Amino acid sequence: MSDFTPNEMMTIAAARALKNDDVCFVGIGAPSAACNVARLTHAPDITLIYESGTIGTRPDVLPLSIGDGELCETALTTVAVPEMFRYWLMGGRISIGFLGAAQLDRFGNINTTVIGDYKNPKVRLPGGGGAPEIASSCGEVFITLKQAPRAMVERIDFFTSFGHGEGGDHRQRLGITTKGPTLLITDLAIWRPDPETKEFTVRSLHRGVTRDRVEATCGWKVRFADALDETPEPTDLELTTLRELQARTKAAHEGGGRS
Amino acid sequence: MAKFLSLADAVRQNLHTGDTVAFEGFTHLIPHAAAHEAIRQGIADLTLLRMTPDIVYDQMIGMGLAKKVIFSYAGNPGVGLLRRMRDAIENGYPRAIETVEHSHSAMAQAYEAGASGLPLAVFRGYKGAGLPAVNPDIRTVTCPFTGEELAAVPAHRPDVTFIHAQKASAKGDVLVEGIVGVQKEAALAAKRVVVTVEEVVPDFKGLHPNLCILPHWTIDAIAVVPGGAHPSYAHGYYVRDNAAYLDWDGISADRDAFAAWMKANVLEVGPEVFASRVEGLK
Repeated sequence: MSDFTPNEMMTIAAARALKNDDVCFVGIGAPSAACNVARLTHAPDITLIYESGTIGTRPDVLPLSIGDGELCETALTTVAVPEMFRYWLMGGRISIGFLGAAQLDRFGNINTTVIGDYKNPKVRLPGGGGAPEIASSCGEVFITLKQAPRAMVERIDFFTSFGHGEGGDHRQRLGITTKGPTLLITDLAIWRPDPETKEFTVRSLHRGVTRDRVEATCGWKVRFADALDETPEPTDLELTTLRELQARTKAAHEGGGRS
Repeated sequence: MAKFLSLADAVRQNLHTGDTVAFEGFTHLIPHAAAHEAIRQGIADLTLLRMTPDIVYDQMIGMGLAKKVIFSYAGNPGVGLLRRMRDAIENGYPRAIETVEHSHSAMAQAYEAGASGLPLAVFRGYKGAGLPAVNPDIRTVTCPFTGEELAAVPAHRPDVTFIHAQKASAKGDVLVEGIVGVQKEAALAAKRVVVTVEEVVPDFKGLHPNLCILPHWTIDAIAVVPGGAHPSYAHGYYVRDNAAYLDWDGISADRDAFAAWMKANVLEVGPEVFASRVEGLK
């Protein structure tokens, strides 16, 4: 497939990172699209969990909220929210937490709480929801966001959820036993943390993307892997699956939820 | 013991100025009609408790009824920010509000602790997160068996919890189905419980034995309000009005547009309008 947008590449690259036997706690927005593309292509048996309590859900259209009726109707089971956070998340039964971010730093720490000072915010964002515990209780965390200097920053304004903190073994020092952020997928590149420092490092550029462009859209000094890969471009099946999913979603939401 | 009342009487008898109140519902079954009645009655100085204060709390805050909000995610789900709540936090309009912020895990477990009659919830959480530094209610306890340090938050004990449910039996037992959220815990944690329902059926005979049911003796008042969750939804009755959530972003962006919308759609109408709002959503 020759023609695709950077956002499509981001979603499809994120979908590819998910495996058929994963149990994935799905954030709304870009993570939700990626998880469902994975389910509709190479990972038909993936277990998708949304924090509204729906386990093993198979929505035909992407939910607008984490609690759309579609999620419950197509789920294996729906549990109460306290049970979701206690038995399933805190109990260590979820392999991947998939999060978006308003602000991200090079160590995978995420801010979705405030821009500016907490007490006197410039912009009051929605807040963390389930993210503080998703980030510490899931086996590992994948992050997806669109690159922009104000999104990928040297210092985040608030630690909504903890990634690798100041890097190195900071998680272990706090007694956190899970891996934390292991993958960052943007509209331009695929990043993985350095094994020692835990700083996100560019491992693969999407087709047509230059190093300069990655640097110009990132607020910290970018580290590139010595051997850079090119992300394989979307296949016909991946792109068609994503576009059909988005078309069904648009029709359903604009129709006041009538599908 | 559950009394069947009009919505106006159910609100008047159970919600008072200065109360701590939860209007719970996790995307599903949000008690919009009950909150609109509280707005019409102008019951103010409220501490609003909810995991996900979405547009119904945006409306109550925008009308100046809240002095404090305790929450874990303040957004219009899938759409964006809560513009009236932001105006209150960022600009003190129409009044300044205090916020107490938690994670979902903490909020859900604080309700569970309240329902259990415990003083606190204990869990593994908040590690490395920024909230403990800005919310003095987030503390730690040490496990006496393993020595592990765990997060602790005080139990939620609202003066009154409002929820919306599918059915009440003639006796006043209440059935909740679908995404059950945290409503059972929020109801059992509260001193008083008011439920709006889609319909009343004679009894619950023949239903699956494990359904989520609140017995009539845990409830204070029931009001029948078909469509009472709109633009949220009632599983089995009508779907979520996603277009209304998208529209709210524009309405709430402007103080005057918001005031005009509230006047026309809340202040000058009654609970009976909800049935017509969901007619196209079945």
